Amino acid sequence: MQHKVIDTNDVVIRFAGDSGDGMQLTGSLFADMSAIYGNELSTFPDYPAEIRAPHGTVSGVSGFQVHIGSKDVNTPGDYCDLLVAMNPAALKANAKWCKHTAMILVDVDAFGETEMKKAGFLTDNPFAELHVEDRALIAAPITSMTKESLKDSGMDLKSILKCKNMFTLGMACFIYSRPLEYIYSYIEKKFAKKHPEFIEPNRKVLNDGFNYAANIQAIPNTYTVEPAKLKKGLYRNMTGNQAIAWGLLAASEKSHLPLFCGSYPITPATAILEELAIHKSLGAKTLQAEDEIAGICTAIGASFAGNLAVTTTSGPGLSLKSEAMGLAVMAELPLVIVDVQRGGPSTGLPTKTEQTDLLQALYGRNGECPVVVMAAKSPAGCFDAAFYAAKIALEHMTPVILLSEGFIGNGSEPWLIPSMSQYPEIKPPFASGLHLGDKFKPYERDPETLVRKWAVPGMKGYEHRVGGLEKNHDGVLSNDPENHAAMVAEREEKIRRISKYIPELKVEGPASGKLLIVGWGGTFGHLLTAYHTLVQEGREVSFAHFEYIKPLPRNTEAVFAGFEKIIVCELNSGMFCAYLRGLFPDKDFRQYNKVQGQPFLVSELVEAIRKEL
Amino acid sequence: MANLTFKDFKSDQEVRWCPGCGDHAVLAALQRALPKVSQALNYEKERYVVVSGIGCSSRLPYYMDTYGFHSIHGRATAISTGIKVANPTLTVWQACGDGDALAIGGNHFIHAIRRNIDINVILFNNQIYGLTKGQYSPTSKFGAITKTSPYGTVEHPFNPGSLVLGAKGTFFARSLDSELKLNEEIMTQAALHDGCSVMEMLTNCVIFNDGTHKAISDPAVRADRTIVLRHGEKMIFGKNRDRGLVFDGRSIRAVTIGQDGITEDDIAVHDAHSDNIGFHMALADMKDDLPVALGVIRDVKDITYDDGVRDQVKDVMRSSRIHCMDDLLRSGSTWEVK
Repeated sequence: MQHKVIDTNDVVIRFAGDSGDGMQLTGSLFADMSAIYGNELSTFPDYPAEIRAPHGTVSGVSGFQVHIGSKDVNTPGDYCDLLVAMNPAALKANAKWCKHTAMILVDVDAFGETEMKKAGFLTDNPFAELHVEDRALIAAPITSMTKESLKDSGMDLKSILKCKNMFTLGMACFIYSRPLEYIYSYIEKKFAKKHPEFIEPNRKVLNDGFNYAANIQAIPNTYTVEPAKLKKGLYRNMTGNQAIAWGLLAASEKSHLPLFCGSYPITPATAILEELAIHKSLGAKTLQAEDEIAGICTAIGASFAGNLAVTTTSGPGLSLKSEAMGLAVMAELPLVIVDVQRGGPSTGLPTKTEQTDLLQALYGRNGECPVVVMAAKSPAGCFDAAFYAAKIALEHMTPVILLSEGFIGNGSEPWLIPSMSQYPEIKPPFASGLHLGDKFKPYERDPETLVRKWAVPGMKGYEHRVGGLEKNHDGVLSNDPENHAAMVAEREEKIRRISKYIPELKVEGPASGKLLIVGWGGTFGHLLTAYHTLVQEGREVSFAHFEYIKPLPRNTEAVFAGFEKIIVCELNSGMFCAYLRGLFPDKDFRQYNKVQGQPFLVSELVEAIRKEL
Repeated sequence: MANLTFKDFKSDQEVRWCPGCGDHAVLAALQRALPKVSQALNYEKERYVVVSGIGCSSRLPYYMDTYGFHSIHGRATAISTGIKVANPTLTVWQACGDGDALAIGGNHFIHAIRRNIDINVILFNNQIYGLTKGQYSPTSKFGAITKTSPYGTVEHPFNPGSLVLGAKGTFFARSLDSELKLNEEIMTQAALHDGCSVMEMLTNCVIFNDGTHKAISDPAVRADRTIVLRHGEKMIFGKNRDRGLVFDGRSIRAVTIGQDGITEDDIAVHDAHSDNIGFHMALADMKDDLPVALGVIRDVKDITYDDGVRDQVKDVMRSSRIHCMDDLLRSGSTWEVK
């Protein structure tokens, strides 16, 4: 067979195996290497809730999809060009994600009768059973080749089998013409301290995988994906969770306030707490609380004492924090609450992605209890989102809920590293200038912003009390009906006026027309790609994406006025759409919704939007 | 340092507890203790923060002219923890009730003790929910008849002392609301203790649980039914100061000096600083024919959480090569596009 080298703009690879097979690592390494090679990329880890689900079963399959390209990579890709399936269960769970032109690489050693049965196959031809028998199949004896490769390494069998993923990665590197140097240096760094004896075997097995792929005749074509024409500068790969942690640290620096994070571990938000716990060198204090409520309450205490206070969680944790959020609203203290959304209700789909906490974030508290609600749009975009969430919280003395999603929290993309000089100073409204003998009035408001002054314990002469009970402007408790009505209205108006201080809504495409595509949060990449696809088809359509939910950007009504119809696309049953309908009852809103715990596919978005044109 | 007096700690708010409520006396003791604490530790008034949850006793911050935070039911301990970690130079006092701290807030309570965060917790134990008008609490006696237990409770109460010491508490004291002098003394010692100090105040609710502590607080029996423990002093009690405690290696016994050959020399000396938490537990759990222990039962040194957090941050700051965001942004795995 004559093998060809084909230039292509982009490829999507899906690595799938048992949850102990190391597929997350294999995928991340492939992604990092491609980033350094200069490709644009986007990743999507898709893994089960169980740490080690029953071996060889479909429920235990862990996947990692990576999309690399020369330009315009905004999503991890709908369908893959190469599926790596380390066992029959992985094939079964992922065959549906293969393009018609896809290659499927399997570890043929893992396709014995028992494994096939465990995965629930009824015949001895799994490919036919899954209707993928026409795809280019690479049946490689990965297990036996790995054993052979490392038979003289002195490693025990269990350790040898753990290297299967490196052999597979070597094969993938051959298929996509990737240089191995980056992975060599990764292996060296990882094992240098504790297990230097593993360096050479891992290099060997990686190389052997590469050479094996080069020698066999089963691989029809190899591909090159040229580096993208990226803006010059220093880059790094960022996941959304890491970017949120760093954005908060940046806000701590720009506000000159120590960062305090009180959190309880919860999937998929835990990585933010873990990341912050590393960076004590920047003064960050992390408190792993006894429960979600203690997480937010320690943060509220830290805020009262003058720190930049943060709590991080996911949907179930947000529910537990609701009462305390009300206290922060009543006390008018700055607080950032990060919610990395997952599939719900209840424990739901802990490792899957959704946008189903929107209404909880907006309304899920007792009383009339307004907070700022923001939504991050991409993994790297989480940095700015977290920075500005903290800036608003501190400058407007309010809790801010920042919504992220499992998809962008765990997903990664290359990020052009900014300089901190590009970010503004954060200036909290600290109380000052009190005359000797005067009493500090904690709820006196700035007439322009309605923001109260912040006096923190330790400031001489500013002793005062705050709390959850209704009070008047002097801070004295009050049951007066008129006072309560005025306070409810002021707290709402204070949030509304923040719209003056946030960016206007941007429109991609013409400012008026028949149809405006609207989305919010982590669906940005998919919606942008769908929009580009439709424009390339010659469709007349525009696109606007929301990062600020409450308050909305001040030009929202003006933007909507330009369009006959608005289609709101979101990963829930229509929460943002319901919110917009309430605010703009005369507009013609349509919806496209998906609640499967999975991100959108560009193809389904394009199809749904076409129907409205 | 200005000489502070109890007036400096009194706010301009009218105190709204029921007449005869035990909380009045505890507030008075606190307002009298804090000037002494300021004197001893050189604390300015603005360093005091008084935190509370929800319940009758949680109104206390409004009556103190200090920084104050009246928070939500059960969560005062978590809020106090956040305040102390955020700024360890503050001195944090907390008022909470038996329902507040031991039912809805039980989790935060035991974890604050486990962490040994340096806060001073005044636990007002009136064995009833007062603000919601008379339901049984986690410290109500077995069989207590209340609005939610018209036929008597069928659950065992917590002994707060056992709970604190079970969580390896480093400071536990107990007193009666009316013991103004003793309470000032306990509060001052709690302030001097570096770590989580829990002071259980047995308070009387005149409306919903009047006389619940009467069996020990009634002036007619108080001297015989209670013992005030002071570190380094003989454990002697009784109207005639002729009763004492002895420890036979297994259990504590009350004896009478002058009977069965017992002399004052046989009476055990209270060691609040002892590592032997079992002995402190036994003292905290005395009842029936043993007097109820008042005073500082345990006061031992240990690492505090707030110091630990602060020191770890300092250590890492010193050893790390990352000193600002620009350092962090450029650290680790990066690549350049030229």
